[in-house]
Amino acid sequence: MAEAFGPHVLRLPDPEASIEAIAAGMRREVRAFRRKGGVLGLSGGIDSSVVAALAARAFGPKNVLGVLMPEADSSADTLMLSRLAAESAGIGTVLEEITPILDAVGCYRRRDEAFKRVIPDYGPGWKAKIVLPSVIDSDAFRIFSVVAQAPDGTTFRERLPLEEYLQVVAATNFKQRTRKMLEYYHADRLNYAVLGTPNRLEYDQGFFVKNGDGAADIKPIAHLYKSQVYQLAEALGVPAEIRSRPPTTDTYSMPQSQEEFYFSLPYDKMDLCLYAVDNGISATVVADSLGLTQEQIERVFQDIAGKRRVSQYLHAAPRLVVGDGQGPSGAA
Amino acid sequence: MSLTTPDTATIDLSVRQFLADNFILDDGGAGLGADESLTQAGVLDSMGVLELIMFVEERFGVSIPDEDTLPENLDSVSRIVNYIGRRLAAEARG
Repeated sequence: MAEAFGPHVLRLPDPEASIEAIAAGMRREVRAFRRKGGVLGLSGGIDSSVVAALAARAFGPKNVLGVLMPEADSSADTLMLSRLAAESAGIGTVLEEITPILDAVGCYRRRDEAFKRVIPDYGPGWKAKIVLPSVIDSDAFRIFSVVAQAPDGTTFRERLPLEEYLQVVAATNFKQRTRKMLEYYHADRLNYAVLGTPNRLEYDQGFFVKNGDGAADIKPIAHLYKSQVYQLAEALGVPAEIRSRPPTTDTYSMPQSQEEFYFSLPYDKMDLCLYAVDNGISATVVADSLGLTQEQIERVFQDIAGKRRVSQYLHAAPRLVVGDGQGPSGAA
Repeated sequence: MSLTTPDTATIDLSVRQFLADNFILDDGGAGLGADESLTQAGVLDSMGVLELIMFVEERFGVSIPDEDTLPENLDSVSRIVNYIGRRLAAEARG
């Protein structure tokens, strides 16, 4: 008898049919916007590589532009993998080095001021990232710490107070918003639509910057679990180097996994927990399948619910404030 | 910080006032049950916990180490009040 719950519940039965359906949907939506193709930022990760390949299928490769936007803290392999994704999809690219823009708006300076208030020795030549404690190891509230590495390799870890945490995040968000600004520049120049690249985990859990990587005209894979994105990547012929790269935020100067920064578990397990929450599958069943305790899975479920509450703001469109009798259609 | 240790009622009032001022609670937080989970009630999220920690440390002069940032210490008015009381008593004992 087949197992009732496990990774197989997420398997797309016919990836090629899924690809064709998504490509048709992309054509339909972009046509409705009266745009003629698609622009997307390429990060060298699995999501943007899959969207690039889907867009090439949907619009034809010559009607898709990949924008490469590395900055001072990007990984060494980001540019190489981004170009590989573009070559594989057959699309053109444009390179926009965004470090000078980020410097000009004070992205690095504002972030480093906050780090320095927490670790006074922090300065030029240091590297840093912000990390969360594991949901699996403890039921402690998830509070960010800064991990910083001095030029001599010594590592420091300190809890981030509220003001410093907010300043670090606000400054770092310049990166995603600058990239989106450039994507829209090229989209407007070419009369293309901007293609967003969040997968279902990211979209559902608010793992994006509002008006940054959260902004787009269409989001072709936001309904797909990350495991399903990998399945499509294989079917689309996305290069193995990209498919085997561990998911990363590629935002801080020290390497940072997505589990350290946001999610409770590696993506394949997070996918199953999200599926379980949405389909009423108990923590006991999930725990048996993932080799974790019921208590640990219940904490993951709570974390999912908490992130959904926080992401309501991220998803919200600007709201009209009415009530003075002047609103449209007699709104009151 | 005052020289005398505040009593439980004073701490309770202060905590409720903080929650009401910072989290836009209806009726000034008076309707919040002493044992009601602040996370389940949607009052505290991860950022709210940081605000709470800052409030406790500044208002009562006690530092909250990472290992104490647990729901059993901070996830209801009564738990916060009891935690602050325990920390103040421990510091008073030296």
